[in-house]
Amino acid sequence: MNLFFANAFLGKLNWSALPHDPITIFGASTVVGGAILVPCLLTYFKRWKWLWREWLTTVDPKRIGVMYIVVALLMLLRGLSDAALLRTQQATSVGASHGILSANHFQQIFSAHGTIMIFFVAMGLMFGLINLIVPLQIGSRDVAFPFLNATSFWLFVAGMLLVNLSLVVGEFSAAGWLAYPPLSELQFSPGTGVDYWIWSLQIAGIGSLLAGVNFFVTILKMRCPGMSLMKMPLFVWSVLCAMVLVIFAFPILTVTLTLLFLDRSMGMHFFTASGGGNAMMYVNLIWAWGHPEVYILMLPAFGVYSEVVATFSRKRLFGYTSMVWALIAITFLSFSVWLHHFFTMGAGADVNAFFGIMTGVIAIPTGVKIFNWLATMYRGRILFATPMFWFMGFVVTFTIGGVAGVLMSVPAIDFQVHNTLFLVAHFHMMIVGGAVFGYFAGITYWFPKIFGFRLNEWLGKKAFWGWFVGFLLAFVPLYILGLMGATRRLDHYDASLGWQPLFIVAGVGVIVVLAGVGFQVLQFVVSIMQRQANLDTTGDPWNGRTLEWSTASPAPFYNYAVIPQVTERDAFWAAKQAASDPDEEPAKPRYEDILMPKNTPMGLFIAAFAFAFGFAAIWHIIWLAVVGLFGVIICIIVRASDDEPEYYVKAAEVKKIEATAKEHYL
Amino acid sequence: MSKLEAEDTDGKAIFGFWVYLMTDCVLFASLFAAYAVLHNNTFGGPSGSQLFSLPFVLTETLILLTSSFTCGLGVLSAYNGHKDKVVAWFSVTFLLGASFLAMELTEFSHLVHDGNSWTRSGFLSSFFTLVGTHGLHITVGLLWMVVLMLQVLRRGLGTSTVKRLTLFSLFWHFLDLVWIFIFTIVYLLGALKI
Repeated sequence: MNLFFANAFLGKLNWSALPHDPITIFGASTVVGGAILVPCLLTYFKRWKWLWREWLTTVDPKRIGVMYIVVALLMLLRGLSDAALLRTQQATSVGASHGILSANHFQQIFSAHGTIMIFFVAMGLMFGLINLIVPLQIGSRDVAFPFLNATSFWLFVAGMLLVNLSLVVGEFSAAGWLAYPPLSELQFSPGTGVDYWIWSLQIAGIGSLLAGVNFFVTILKMRCPGMSLMKMPLFVWSVLCAMVLVIFAFPILTVTLTLLFLDRSMGMHFFTASGGGNAMMYVNLIWAWGHPEVYILMLPAFGVYSEVVATFSRKRLFGYTSMVWALIAITFLSFSVWLHHFFTMGAGADVNAFFGIMTGVIAIPTGVKIFNWLATMYRGRILFATPMFWFMGFVVTFTIGGVAGVLMSVPAIDFQVHNTLFLVAHFHMMIVGGAVFGYFAGITYWFPKIFGFRLNEWLGKKAFWGWFVGFLLAFVPLYILGLMGATRRLDHYDASLGWQPLFIVAGVGVIVVLAGVGFQVLQFVVSIMQRQANLDTTGDPWNGRTLEWSTASPAPFYNYAVIPQVTERDAFWAAKQAASDPDEEPAKPRYEDILMPKNTPMGLFIAAFAFAFGFAAIWHIIWLAVVGLFGVIICIIVRASDDEPEYYVKAAEVKKIEATAKEHYL
Repeated sequence: MSKLEAEDTDGKAIFGFWVYLMTDCVLFASLFAAYAVLHNNTFGGPSGSQLFSLPFVLTETLILLTSSFTCGLGVLSAYNGHKDKVVAWFSVTFLLGASFLAMELTEFSHLVHDGNSWTRSGFLSSFFTLVGTHGLHITVGLLWMVVLMLQVLRRGLGTSTVKRLTLFSLFWHFLDLVWIFIFTIVYLLGALKI
């Protein structure tokens, strides 16, 4: 009877789900400690009301963007500590020594590292920047669906919490960041790890899908008067293309995860080894999402570089039209290369040749972009600010990584390096040296627009050098190791292979990267403490070119008191050039009532119920799953019945805000 | 809210909903792809031609198509401001949708009862998932219809209610379209195969 109740109320959950070995206990206590500490601090500083009113219930994309970035940076610390553990293991687990981690724990850590870095760091930084800047750059006050935007963010948080909860309750997947079957099937992974992986990605992925729809509609429907498509800033173009990819790719992820879950929990046979399943179908489906996903991460970073390089070279971007077409070409081509992730599947020479050629072809528009950026710098008056450092570092790492990618596009070569550290080095150079460097550039570049003061330049450059040098130290040895035959996901190897020195160099690289991250943390702390000295009073700290620099810093919650009119590209730059007499009194703006969305906690509630549903699905707790599902449905109905989701900011109030103190987030 | 702003909001909502429908379309496309890959993997179990009863499925199809028609009439009545007709046509739509769902569940329960459940083979897994996902959408549609009818009864045909009815009809017609593909690819082609 007792057992029956335990099953009914707790599903598969019991005491053995709590952590046992020392490293997991340490990780778990960090999570639990954080979960206890944060509420305590909030209570001590009496910040609960502030948190609820200003952040948890907000629908302002700028605030949502800030929260995305904060979550992503926290997850970056988690992902980096995973990376440090992996590197330590590989540097020490040789011959008779077996390092610091058990094989199973090592597998969980590399799965968590990949999952967290892609979904909760790179995606978080990307959607954070998009939220911060896209509405401002298109001269809009908001996104198309503000409430949906908040919901997307909170679903992202729910997914993030599930990944971290797996540290405390149960285990994480040990099947790699893409959980290939049949290893990820119930037969070979009977624990809850793969289910944690499935549901954290499913919930966060649905959030990303909704955000994709939202920003696609925002860009197409909410541009200010005069901003035709070919007058949009390049960052907006890159986001538009990335959102097209989200719209087409993320439903495939939703389906793939669902099918794997049905296999595991309902006894279906989609990808099982027996029963008529087809494991390679999973690999095809996951990469039909996965390869576009790479470009979803890359394209907005390309957009950031385009803004940064033009601003800091004091020149208009070289080859705007070709840049746009390069983006569009990449968008289309990125759906025709997925098979290069598994040339070794045995699809036959013709199929491999097609995908190999397409992979080579997609490098062409990417190369066009690199040359255009360099041509923009040519004869420019370059200001070597921190964002420009990130850009130039990116050109180096991305070109090395890109050339390695083209090399692997030849199936015959890919057969040699498939599943080796050569590949690992390649894609880290793409995603870290390509995308993440871009997001860091973007954060430094747009920080004053959101917070009203600049980040410390000296520390920013130190952080860059830490990242750049450490990054090359960590990954160049992996190319060599890969060519020597070192496969990925290796928790132990023989001393006679002679790999250890290179693994130690890679380990030192991680330490240098960690120093860079330390400088970044210090940069935020010092900049916040010295913010009075670095205030941006003009709203245009970098002599910018695009609309977002024309409004105050920090941007008011309605972005623009008067919606701007645009006649050409680089609208703000043109306006500054056209202003004949800088002392001339600008025309008195005529303020109107502004319609803004009201704050609502419903997005938070929906995500909370989705989290409960995910947890219940992982542990097979039926009643909780029902509660979670109905909770989500009821929240949606309640929200849909709210007939007044918006309110007016009166013209007089707008005038007051514009004239007096600026709103500070801190 | 000025008239201009109201129209603009509607444009966004309807366009956004279309984009959402396209993501749903990709979702179904992936399920169709999975079905296409697995439809011959019967693993010694029955194939489609042994399981499907075409007259039964044709009845289902006709019911769903009719419900799409009555849904259209309901939206036309909403545009003309006839509240009673809206409620009447959507009630008919609801009943037709519910009967479709009931028939689908009957088919499923027969299959399971005869030992041909989703655990039997890759083919049946993909069949149940594809058709079941459509059925799940129909269920959501039925729930949505109930909520909309309560709104119409309580508040009449305001701008936002008519907008929501329009969005719903897009959803319902979309499901109809998906069903046509299921009917053709799963049932007709499946039954043809000897």
